[in-house]
Amino acid sequence: MTSSSMTSAPSNPTPAFPHRHLLGIEGLSQLEILALLDKAEEEVHVSRQVEKKKNVLRGRTQINLFFEASTRTQSSFEIAGKRLGADVMNMSVASSSVKKGETLIDTAATLNAMRPDILVVRHHAAGAVHLLARKVSCSVINAGDGAHEHPTQALLDALTIRRHKGRIEGLTVAICGDIVHSRVARSNILLLNALGARVKLIGPSTLLPSGVDRLGVETFTDMRKGLAGADIVMMLRLQRERMNGSFVPSVREYFHYWGLDQEKLDHAAPDALVMHPGPMNRGVEIDPEVADGPQSLIAEQVEMGVAVRMAVLEALAEHLPNS
Amino acid sequence: MTPKAPDARLGDRRSADHRPTVFAGARIVDPSRDLDAVGSVIVAEGRILAAGPEVLNQGSPEGWEVVDARAKVIVPGLVDMRVFLGEPGHEHRETFASASRAAAAGGVTTIVTMPDTDPVIDDPALVDFVLRRAREEADVRIHPMAALTKGQEGKETTEFGLLSEAGAVAFTDARHSVASSLVMRRALTYARDFGALIVHHVEDPSLAGAGVATEGEFATRMGLPGIPREAETIMLERDMRLVALTRGRYHASQVSTADSVEILRIAKARGLDVTAAVSINHLSLNELDIGTYRSFLKFSPPLRSEDDRQAMIEGLASGVIDIVVSGHDPQDVETKRHPFAEAADGAVGLETLAAAALRLVHDGRVSWKRMVEALSLRPAERLGLEAGRLSPGARADLAVIDPGMPWLLDKAALASRSKNTPFEDAKFAGRVVRTLVGGRTIHVID
Repeated sequence: MTSSSMTSAPSNPTPAFPHRHLLGIEGLSQLEILALLDKAEEEVHVSRQVEKKKNVLRGRTQINLFFEASTRTQSSFEIAGKRLGADVMNMSVASSSVKKGETLIDTAATLNAMRPDILVVRHHAAGAVHLLARKVSCSVINAGDGAHEHPTQALLDALTIRRHKGRIEGLTVAICGDIVHSRVARSNILLLNALGARVKLIGPSTLLPSGVDRLGVETFTDMRKGLAGADIVMMLRLQRERMNGSFVPSVREYFHYWGLDQEKLDHAAPDALVMHPGPMNRGVEIDPEVADGPQSLIAEQVEMGVAVRMAVLEALAEHLPNS
Repeated sequence: MTPKAPDARLGDRRSADHRPTVFAGARIVDPSRDLDAVGSVIVAEGRILAAGPEVLNQGSPEGWEVVDARAKVIVPGLVDMRVFLGEPGHEHRETFASASRAAAAGGVTTIVTMPDTDPVIDDPALVDFVLRRAREEADVRIHPMAALTKGQEGKETTEFGLLSEAGAVAFTDARHSVASSLVMRRALTYARDFGALIVHHVEDPSLAGAGVATEGEFATRMGLPGIPREAETIMLERDMRLVALTRGRYHASQVSTADSVEILRIAKARGLDVTAAVSINHLSLNELDIGTYRSFLKFSPPLRSEDDRQAMIEGLASGVIDIVVSGHDPQDVETKRHPFAEAADGAVGLETLAAAALRLVHDGRVSWKRMVEALSLRPAERLGLEAGRLSPGARADLAVIDPGMPWLLDKAALASRSKNTPFEDAKFAGRVVRTLVGGRTIHVID
């Protein structure tokens, strides 16, 4: 599955990650992305040992600041931080100070005074993480801001793809479903383009944002046509509130035309692999048989998530004061 | 000698007489071939074998049935894309069977039904129901439009994909406008993925309010609450902007004001995929015809001024208005015998559509070719139906018209179950004397 040559350290020592924050894929160079993926390969090995512990973040404080509920991303960051030796604290702000009228800036100032080293932030508004990053003195990782970016998801997707296909460059990746509301799609479009993949977007016109064709992608409303020749099929989650007539008329119609079942998947390349950022709506965007089938990488994506987040935390740690 | 069809194409109705029929000496108007000439039409095996001026130079082969059609006009069967039915839900107003008889009497061979029955046609199973009942009960061809929004509530779009596959030919909320620009935008956008046509009643409901007549002197004198023409033009303008934004396919189900013609002209010049229809009522009548509160002349949109009516005729003649519909809307005494403002909108029209349209042809306002096109070819093309043509191989759906035959409309003689005609006791010149669907005669008068 993993080719060891892919994971060996490059002959030149990797230059230090030049950014203090990870706010998005936008702004990362191809080499920086590859360096993070290489580092993540090492973290996979760490996570597969009995002793899953490093100490690069020993003594450091990592706060997971989630303005929007998320079980899997938050726990993935928590495990990643702990495996690197950090003290990790989870704050779910959705239910606390925001309701009491505290602004994002107030929250940032309060947290900053507690002297954390790394803030992992998810917020429902695009740009909120950038705003916060300007107001604190520690490193900030974007764990998802509105429909803008979710950089660690794109990195973990790339890592998963590379471990199976050996490369990203030259692959055809189809991203299917609710593109318009998806930060996962935006980060993936940027990353896949940076690494030389061909990106196709598939979905009903109501879920394809206007002007998206200017982002270096091809768009399709007919799923079978869009899937033709795809090496990777990435499905996106369709939120419940978008299913009943506002963006698509019904679950049954959505599944009929844009749900991934084996018949539609057969239009992709014979060795196509299926991904989903989770949580899945089985029977809405994906047939359970496909989700659990031999072409699915969905479970592995979760494992790669921890590795990628460890790699990002470690890369940013190089910039922390006194490191 | 047994006549043999030189063309191997088979008819779609095997019950049709296998003996070819020749309609000889008729004026043939077939806009699909830009044809308006005297000649013959040969029907065999449910299809048009030939139709034109020189198809029978050698005379008819022995055994063919020859119908003397001299002084008659043969046109493709009319395609009426705005027909309300009572079935399901209000069968006492109209059934598939009674609507089919009314259509046949009017030379209408294809009717496109509105979805606002009870229940509303917003589910593939209901489309299936309509098609099955129509096959069982009707001699004419029936194609349903499905609802644009669930329950025609203007909030959530219906399943355009599954409904199209079931046989819905377009999507409309019939008498209702979609007030929300967001819903309309999404509907136009989503419909594009299936090539579906959005058909919209253009009237801003909040501006129309409780109005029942066109705002102005007549409504004021009669003490009737008025509707400004802007209720139509604002909605039509909005829709043109949304079509430009979404690049959707759009049809205004009825326009009625002079300004609407101008809006459509500009939209078409911009290359938008839009069409519009006018009802025969708005081509034939103006607000003064309402007289002393005749509720059979209550329509939505309301009858307009004579200037607007003239603009409708000019828009039709020039082609800016694409299609003429009957707006056939059967209503019974329970819904019509009320004070004008409280009566239901609508009038029956299938049986009088051709005769009323001929008035404009006789007056020289609209050419035969243009009128026939607006009544058959254009609606068929817009809905993607195999109809509206007399070209060889086409299904033999046609109407034979005696263009000069005088007749008086006797309300009691209408085939429709409802008698709410705005043309009561009207004098017409020109009548459909024979109607064929798939080569089979379904209506004839001597």
